[in-house]
Amino acid sequence: MQIYLPIAEVSINAYLLLGLGGVVGLLSGLFGVGGGFLITPLLFFIGIPPVVAVATGSNQVVASSVSGVLAHLKRKAVDIPMGLVLLAGGMIGSGLGIWLFNALSARGQIDLVVQLAYVVFLGLVGLLMLQEGVRALRRSSRGRPPQRRQHSWIQRLPFKVKFRVSGLYISVIPPIMVGLVVGLLAAVMGVGGGFIMVPAMIYLLGMPTKVVIGTSLFQIIFVSAFTTMLHAITNQSVDVVLALLLILGGVVGAQIGSRLGNRLNAEQLRILLALLVLAVCAKLTADLLLRPVELYSLYSGVRP
Amino acid sequence: MIRAALLGLLLLLAPAVRAEELVAGLSQDNIGITARFDGSEILIYGAVKRDAPIPFGPPLHVIVTIEGPSAPVTIRRKSREAGIWINTDSVAVASAPSFYAVATTGGLANILSTEEDERQRISLPLAMRSFAGPLRVDDTRPFTEALLRIRKAQGLYTVNERGVRLVEGTLFRADFTLPANLVEGDYKARIFLTRAGKVIDMHQAAIQVRKVGLERWVFALLRENPVLYGLLSLALAVAAGWAASAAFRMIRS
Repeated sequence: MQIYLPIAEVSINAYLLLGLGGVVGLLSGLFGVGGGFLITPLLFFIGIPPVVAVATGSNQVVASSVSGVLAHLKRKAVDIPMGLVLLAGGMIGSGLGIWLFNALSARGQIDLVVQLAYVVFLGLVGLLMLQEGVRALRRSSRGRPPQRRQHSWIQRLPFKVKFRVSGLYISVIPPIMVGLVVGLLAAVMGVGGGFIMVPAMIYLLGMPTKVVIGTSLFQIIFVSAFTTMLHAITNQSVDVVLALLLILGGVVGAQIGSRLGNRLNAEQLRILLALLVLAVCAKLTADLLLRPVELYSLYSGVRP
Repeated sequence: MIRAALLGLLLLLAPAVRAEELVAGLSQDNIGITARFDGSEILIYGAVKRDAPIPFGPPLHVIVTIEGPSAPVTIRRKSREAGIWINTDSVAVASAPSFYAVATTGGLANILSTEEDERQRISLPLAMRSFAGPLRVDDTRPFTEALLRIRKAQGLYTVNERGVRLVEGTLFRADFTLPANLVEGDYKARIFLTRAGKVIDMHQAAIQVRKVGLERWVFALLRENPVLYGLLSLALAVAAGWAASAAFRMIRS
């Protein structure tokens, strides 16, 4: 069934969009990532104009994150105080990020900076998680419980707060810093930032994996909502019909994902996410290194 | 006497009556883009009106074009810098049609002289207007060729030589398929009658392409009240997320 999207101004098969939303929702529920880093390139691939893809992608991320967070709340796997602290840092970070984005666009080459940022961060995060996951899997198969790492300098910082759900008693400075850096990167790269947030929470803050996913989704809701509004107001490129189709697929996918995630153990989950992140990274690296089929590309309007 | 002289003068001043005149019509001059819009078809038909028998000489030909609203376009080229492919050069075209279709009764090169083509801007490369901004590349040709190539691949630019059927040198029809990725705006259909490369008559008609119904409403809301639109999109997203979660809980319990 073909459907004409009013803002994207293209006609696309509705079932394809439902399926696409479903797959991204599944990953979102399973791994606690918003799925922005997947949905945007996928939409671009099926012929949605890039600006509309970025803006509408963030709207769909709101829906799948709400759906996922509710499932996690039910299992008491969301650390709301921690989420709020991260969000506070995140908002400062996105403000800085948008400023950086505009400064870079003024010099041209923003596309390249974004692409390189993707390759570097996806690669780093993917390798780190894969290494940790494999190590943890070996450890748990030998029967020893995995020990949680905690940097000693983090322990010495002031403003300590008790985060009950995470079982942590740490300073609020590291979570604010994590939120800030992730928010900054997210704004420049145009994503929710879950794929950076999740490993940062595990490795830098030492939060238990089960809590990390729900908490990450919780703060992604607000970051993506903020981005959606910004896109709707500044470049008027949110396609609500496209979003609705992606959302219908996405919310169902997210529910299945978060229940599936309950059955898999944390180490397996971590390795799966690492492989997914590395696959996207490999694709982006190939795009940069291999000679493109079409050297020329069209952009509407007169640009530098 | 004076009246007769004036009448004679008027007759002398009046343009010479053309031997062959064009009469044409469109199957539709109003295309509505609905949610189920999946491209459209348009038929342009007509006849050649004559007072005298068909003149001797080279055969009569018909060229039909449909042109969409124009907009500026920037064409960028990637090149390899330090091992990676990045956008380096760019050329901006001040105005290129969003859609352009040409149908003819024969090879364009044979039925239309270069001068006439330049005057009427009929063939594809001529449908684009001048470059915008300072030119930073030596040769713009590969850029405009790329624009034509990419738009042709998207089905937005088409050339169909022999796409017009001319019967007995009098009646003609041309069928056009408008693609699903049509942009709204005022489209223009032009019909040219040529003989020996010269345009002997021309007819022009407007086609309106407009979003209707839900499509119109969504588009208008975003343009007129983006804040409300953004909030509505978010409300929809949150409601859908909550509904899915509640539905799954009910299924499980």
